[in-house]
Amino acid sequence: MSLAKACPIENSQAIPFSRVPCVPFDEFHRHIVETGHHGTRISSLFVMETSGSAPSSGKTPPTLIRPLRLVAILANDAGKTLTVISTDIGTSYPALTPTCPQAHMFEREIAEQWSVLPEGHPRLTPVRFQPPLRSNDGYPISANTAGLPGVTDFFRIEGEGIHEVAVGPVHAGVIEPGHFRFQCHGEDVFHLEISLGYQHRGIERAILGGPHRRTLHHMETLAGDTTVGHTLAYSQAIEALSGCKVSRRAKVLRAVGLELERLANHTGDLGALAGDVGFLPTASYCGRIRGDFLNLTALICGSRLGRSFIRPGGVGFDVDSERLTRLTDGLSRASKDVHVAVEVLWETPSVMSRFEDTGVVSRKVCLELGLVGPAARACGSEQDIRRDFPRGAYRTSKILLPAFERRIGDVASRAFVRWAEIQNSLLFLREILQQLPPGEIIEPEAAHLSRTLEPDSLVVSLVEGWRGEICHTIVTDAHGAFARYKIVDPSFHNWIGLEMAMRNQEISDFPLCNKSFNLSYCGFDL
Amino acid sequence: MLSILRARWQQGHRTISYPDSAPLVPDRLRGLPAFRADLCRQKCAACIEACPTEAITNQDGIRIDLGRCIFCNACVEVCPSGALNFTNDHRLAVRRREHLTVGQREIELAAELNSEMMRIFGRSLKLRQVSSGGCNGCEVDVNVLTTVVFDLSRFGINIVASPRHADGLIVTGPITTNMKLATLKTYAAVPAPKLVIAVGACAISGGVYRDHPEQNNGITDILPVNLYIPGCPPHPITILDGLLRLLGRVKK
Repeated sequence: MSLAKACPIENSQAIPFSRVPCVPFDEFHRHIVETGHHGTRISSLFVMETSGSAPSSGKTPPTLIRPLRLVAILANDAGKTLTVISTDIGTSYPALTPTCPQAHMFEREIAEQWSVLPEGHPRLTPVRFQPPLRSNDGYPISANTAGLPGVTDFFRIEGEGIHEVAVGPVHAGVIEPGHFRFQCHGEDVFHLEISLGYQHRGIERAILGGPHRRTLHHMETLAGDTTVGHTLAYSQAIEALSGCKVSRRAKVLRAVGLELERLANHTGDLGALAGDVGFLPTASYCGRIRGDFLNLTALICGSRLGRSFIRPGGVGFDVDSERLTRLTDGLSRASKDVHVAVEVLWETPSVMSRFEDTGVVSRKVCLELGLVGPAARACGSEQDIRRDFPRGAYRTSKILLPAFERRIGDVASRAFVRWAEIQNSLLFLREILQQLPPGEIIEPEAAHLSRTLEPDSLVVSLVEGWRGEICHTIVTDAHGAFARYKIVDPSFHNWIGLEMAMRNQEISDFPLCNKSFNLSYCGFDL
Repeated sequence: MLSILRARWQQGHRTISYPDSAPLVPDRLRGLPAFRADLCRQKCAACIEACPTEAITNQDGIRIDLGRCIFCNACVEVCPSGALNFTNDHRLAVRRREHLTVGQREIELAAELNSEMMRIFGRSLKLRQVSSGGCNGCEVDVNVLTTVVFDLSRFGINIVASPRHADGLIVTGPITTNMKLATLKTYAAVPAPKLVIAVGACAISGGVYRDHPEQNNGITDILPVNLYIPGCPPHPITILDGLLRLLGRVKK
């Protein structure tokens, strides 16, 4: 039987929503499973209310006032193809997860947000302990509606000497809240389950019907350490929906912002990894050099995190020749410092013996679970939005994917991949800053873009943030307002990677494994 | 070993001399806003309409609530007469919520603790940070105070792991429904007398999430707050300035 045809789309190019194929559920299911066998990842899987009448298949019970549509955004990195496919669903449907594990978190989210039951999902526990997103109440509610956060049915192992360790939501460091439940035997961890939602502040609900005055700022604060990444994804989507062209100068400055964000965070992560194995020189230097990169972002836009820098239509701040000199000088200094600070890490046997073979995630598990970003590349999965689905400056100045030896999915691999990417970003920045194109930094009509969005359209915007693929999907209604805005932070894919990395590890290695992923709680919780 | 020593030599001494000398802040930093009443066209209200967090009001003149302000520059960009501007003055911390309203009067920067509290905390202040929603931006800018650049511990201030070891809380985030209980429990676990320091627009007012039903518009109406440090997020030097003012180490 031939596969249902999904609609090919381009990164950040709008299509009429009517072109999104809506196929019977069985075909939808088979398409996702079959393409998954050929390396296709689920970038986004979400439910939206459609404005039409209930589907003719007769599956939808009469209690559903507004019918629901299940939409999948699928990315094939090797084939460089991005596709969209959808199906109508009722209050329940056969879960994809048993045959396609990548869907597991998405389906838990769907159950929680829409009170839709993915039948046969092996582990349908709450994702964020959030109230339903539905516009009407009075639907049959499945077992997992918002309750007390962290109060859920944790997976338990029983037997002699087995004990449970509960950590969080308030942790020992200056970090975000989350709950970790370990099933241990002595020092050995058999199983870790992570329960989040403490940072849930209702962003997806708040931006419905938008863009509103706060929407840009909600994007800037989806994950504060990924301000540039998320705001860029949003801006690309808005530009696609309004037909706005961005100047080449703005494109280059955006790439500068995105790479500075990557440099700062990767540098901070290497310092934190060093700190977790008690190697204080690199911990201390990198903590400081991270700040040097953040200060370069502040040199451009006044904010260390890149607030107010990226906006639909271009960027908010220009870099004149004097500032450009300060920027390139600062980069050279930080580049020299970070080389010295990180290279001593690899030369220190006590560090490497703690990094190597700790927290291994196999390539097979990585692909099955659909991990993204540096965590996936460390497992040998070849993917990078900057190469596979490039936008802006990445289309003209090709970024070389870093070559590094170790790709076995342990802490050392996740450390090496960051170092390779740091060096790579520094080279890339040097190249693009050499010839900053002339021109305006923002489209003159930029302030009014959000009022003229194409109605009844869909756009998918992908950005390679420092943690990995950021996917924003917008569906507009008949008036060009947001009927659905789905945000997928890379952490949404990757938290389960940390759970897998901890299997059969010593519990004392948890901080190290955790740091080697360094995932976002707020980006996950939204 | 030799390469570690070489690296140490190369990295040099990086701790800033603040507060003995003025801190280096980015020239484009959006710090304390400056409002020129003489330039303002009273009836235009462009800034009020542009503000995403309803921080600007007109009550016998323009007032800006720094507790709500996210320093996004939207008001400055729409002002037709150039009456509004952000200076790069990093000093923003105050002791009372109403002191955050500027425009018609000067900001009243934080005064030091009373003599009894100074006796207890003046030379050693241990703080526990609680993240209660928000975006992790304030957390990262609190965290950098412990790096060699700011070297918080040289002032006798430390971030500690347990509320039981703490003299007070640094609260960030709008206090989400899902974090309210944990935040209150953490506060209860701190031995009295204790301080509460609200860092960032979220903790002070809810910030960009103000009035979302999933949160509580910050800590201001939930716990007694001793120090407000506005910003989205505040620059680390703004946070340090606030802490040092509370301990009477910075007065200007």
